[in-house]
Amino acid sequence: MEFSPNIVGFACQWCTYAGADLAGNLRCKYPSTVKLIKVPCSGRVEPEYVMQALARGADGVFVGGCHFGDCHYKTGNYKTSRRMMLLTKLLSDMGIAKDRFRLEWISGAEGKKFAETITEYTEQVKKIGPNLFKGGK
Amino acid sequence: MADKIKFAFLLAGGCAGCEMAMVDMSEKLLSALDHLEIVFWAPTVADVKYKDLEAMEDGSIDLAFIDGMIRSSEHEHITRILRAKSKILVAFGACAALGGIPGMANQHTKKEIFNQSYFDTFSTDNPDKVVPQTTTRVDGKYELTLPEFYENVLRIQDVAEVDYFVGGCPPHHDFIAKAVEAIIAGNLPPKGSWLTSGKAVCDVCKRNPANKDMARTQVFESKRIVDGEPDPDICLLQQGYLCLGPITQGDCGASCLNVNMPCRGCGGPIPGVKDYGARAISAIGSILGSEEAAVQLMEKFPDLTKLVYRYSLPSSLLASKEK
Repeated sequence: MEFSPNIVGFACQWCTYAGADLAGNLRCKYPSTVKLIKVPCSGRVEPEYVMQALARGADGVFVGGCHFGDCHYKTGNYKTSRRMMLLTKLLSDMGIAKDRFRLEWISGAEGKKFAETITEYTEQVKKIGPNLFKGGK
Repeated sequence: MADKIKFAFLLAGGCAGCEMAMVDMSEKLLSALDHLEIVFWAPTVADVKYKDLEAMEDGSIDLAFIDGMIRSSEHEHITRILRAKSKILVAFGACAALGGIPGMANQHTKKEIFNQSYFDTFSTDNPDKVVPQTTTRVDGKYELTLPEFYENVLRIQDVAEVDYFVGGCPPHHDFIAKAVEAIIAGNLPPKGSWLTSGKAVCDVCKRNPANKDMARTQVFESKRIVDGEPDPDICLLQQGYLCLGPITQGDCGASCLNVNMPCRGCGGPIPGVKDYGARAISAIGSILGSEEAAVQLMEKFPDLTKLVYRYSLPSSLLASKEK
């Protein structure tokens, strides 16, 4: 059977989650690999959450927030961006493949972009294969 | 109290600094000894052997402290035995509770460590390429053994159930005194807890802008401690020096900050933190003023992982599993 990755997605309720909703309304097709978790703001996503998802066997972790300047709370996504830059560095130091984690800015009007991003990211994760914590190679 | 508390202290893989801190309690240790009967304190203080501990009855020790991490099979063996003999086991100090400084070795393989220790260092003269073996035959008849050096550093809780944790490298002696007094009085939190005041270093730090009714500002340039002498009254984070005070237990009374050094997190994570390093970058990331500041920080600290996980790499959620 073909490997179907298990992707944990954190989506900000104002932008990316609304974008995912729109993708549904527009009947855009995207793989069922992503399990979306609605969060108040991408700034609420602790680097800890990403690590925990990976430690528990997620093949990929996706974080979606508003574009710069669009944050409902003004500065949340800027903080996300800076934190996740540092997290990327930490993950690579710990030997985690770069593509296991992805950060993307998707607004509530970009349903199509959401579907495309998830499709593309799923392909990327398929290439690197299952998470080692789940017994991959 | 009629009977004295039977007390054991074991040094596993550490440096014995935690024992020094215990002795630093000075008069308080003497008054605590009125309530404690030391049945085992090896290999540093009392003249007892492992076999003496092995001969004791299971559960016969009331209170045992372990300092140091698990680096070799010897540490694991004796830790398991002490666990069986003790009613309460305390992982004492950063190594025992989190993995400590030696835990940073988990960023390297055993082979790398052996190469560095036995071949590559400038002062090493090892023409026969000898590395430690678990068994060696001498003169063809004497079999000598050494403990096995493990691939990774482990915490005490990875090999035995731990009842309480104490952070610090070493724990501050005033705080040890409080903890020991609480244990003697039987005033203990639920098992599995850290013995801590629960306050962060910033909470007890006199530089904290929040304690001085000042607003926090964002940081645009990170500095290392070698880049100059920080102002002794202003928050180090505000000055751009990376300080891990916001997420570290402040049972030390912000000792390092009092002598103008940034906190490096030996006290262990404040309650609620699952992964020390991840929370550290979260705290640091939110005070950075721009994306360029984040890039500059990573250039300034090329080995960021070893900075934020200086005392806690083996306790990371992703502890060196995916290599």
